[in-house]
Amino acid sequence: MGNSTTHDFSIEALQSGDRAEFARLVDAYSTQIYRLGLKMLGNQQDAEDILQNTFLNAITHMKSFEGRSSLSTWLYRIAANEALMLIRKRKPNINIEDIQHEDADEIPLPETFVDWSVLPEKELLTGEAQKAIEAAVKKLPESLRMVFILRDVEDLSIKETAEVLNLTEVNVKTRLLRARMALREQLSSYYAERTLSKEKP
Amino acid sequence: MNDHYHENCQALLSSLSEYIDGELPQELCAEIEKHLEGCDNCRIVLNTTRRTIDLVQGPTSEEVVPDDVRDRLFKRLNLDEYLSPKH
Repeated sequence: MGNSTTHDFSIEALQSGDRAEFARLVDAYSTQIYRLGLKMLGNQQDAEDILQNTFLNAITHMKSFEGRSSLSTWLYRIAANEALMLIRKRKPNINIEDIQHEDADEIPLPETFVDWSVLPEKELLTGEAQKAIEAAVKKLPESLRMVFILRDVEDLSIKETAEVLNLTEVNVKTRLLRARMALREQLSSYYAERTLSKEKP
Repeated sequence: MNDHYHENCQALLSSLSEYIDGELPQELCAEIEKHLEGCDNCRIVLNTTRRTIDLVQGPTSEEVVPDDVRDRLFKRLNLDEYLSPKH
């Protein structure tokens, strides 16, 4: 979902209320938005709510879209806000200091040094392993999870991710590195056991 | 095993994401690669971080919105008449 897709839609038609054009827009972007909701909230019902609210909001605010960002970035911004609002509704006690901490320069040092990347694909992707991967993503603090999903799952650039989340590129890079390191550490604890047990005679 | 995480390793760590994403200038990449040749721990961190990203990405390109979710979405948006076929 890069910038180029913006040019596939007529902003003029969308802003004048052309419903066929809006239906095309919904089909073009709903997979990405649903997936973002699914990865952020971890369940289908919330992902569906985020999907519906994102496009309801987009219809309402289409006229105020000024084209300063791409259409996809604009939609992701609405979806990301919807997801974060829903998370805050569920967990009203997020500590602002935690978020500031996530932007600090210092990156926690790696602790597990087992090269499980050499394990065969079928062992890395067992049903149990998939659950461990999902749990690891879920365990990330929201602000890191959002950056990781936009950058590494949805393949947005650092600049696009910064635009979506209204962050500086430096902050996006720091959060991305923290997210990747935290996930690596968690998956390392999971896979290291399997790697080491294989190495034993 | 983390008994010697050197200054050089810490410097590599701070550039790790950008190195993985191919966003570093060539000279810096060469420096990192030289360090990696002699540092098992950093090589492991690099390999497992790359693998971590691959694994979490998973088969996302094959995922689509389920049909019933799409149906309800179109109805909610009053776009029922465009429900079928998929645009």
